[in-house]
Amino acid sequence: MMQLLAQVSSETDLYVAQNIFFAVIAVTMIYAAFRVVTTANVVHAALWLVVVLAGVAVQFLFLGAEFVAVTQVLVYIGAVIVLFLFGVMLTRASMGDDETVAGEKRAMAAIVGVLLFAVMAMALVDSFEDTRVDIDQPQGVTEVSDAIFSQFIVPFEAVSVLLLAALIGAIVVARKD
Amino acid sequence: MLLNQFLLLSAVLFCLGVYGVLARKNGMLVLMSVELILNAVNINLVAFGAFRTDVGGSVFALFTIAVAAAEVGIGLAIVLLMYRNRRSIDLTQADLLKG
Repeated sequence: MMQLLAQVSSETDLYVAQNIFFAVIAVTMIYAAFRVVTTANVVHAALWLVVVLAGVAVQFLFLGAEFVAVTQVLVYIGAVIVLFLFGVMLTRASMGDDETVAGEKRAMAAIVGVLLFAVMAMALVDSFEDTRVDIDQPQGVTEVSDAIFSQFIVPFEAVSVLLLAALIGAIVVARKD
Repeated sequence: MLLNQFLLLSAVLFCLGVYGVLARKNGMLVLMSVELILNAVNINLVAFGAFRTDVGGSVFALFTIAVAAAEVGIGLAIVLLMYRNRRSIDLTQADLLKG
């Protein structure tokens, strides 16, 4: 059976194992994202967001972008989530459950979301019917760093200035006078 | 693997994020929904980078991650300031500029 699967996947470029794993991760991510936008507890929303972000990191690994995956874990799960939990802690009023908005507003938001997805899905299926993406060519740290420090050096410096400005801005906004 | 499976997954995440931004009224939860949207965009960038075997997709995903980190820092500072001034982070109450 496994030999047959291996033979089929090598002949038709099917990637059976990868696709099964992708489906499991994708379903987990969608459920977790759904809980992020529907759960009433702010802390639970932050913890469900961790699941989504880890799933995104796994998708990056699927696509061979290993450096982006590592950065995703470091920056998002390591820093942004901690920042969110600190924010929840400092705004104690919202520690418990969040009373949700009125029903008709939520219905309108759901309609907007579903329509947006319908439009995007139609456009995507129409444009890239069964285009394959070659996942056997990983973009390692070497290629990414070469690109950043040659072709993209100006945006890289701009981003460092942006981060400095955001740091100073956050301190100025949040400090007690 | 198909390119579309990554793009459709990212479309689902994007639309869930849009729903969260529109339907939530807690400032913290709106920021989390924005993070969902930015991550959906990142999946798209990396998928197209792998599709074109171009390293630019990864590089732009890294820039997006950096900008998102800055955005979370500023956003949380604003939410904290709002909490300190009004004892609440309910966005529907932030209507000082409403006509």
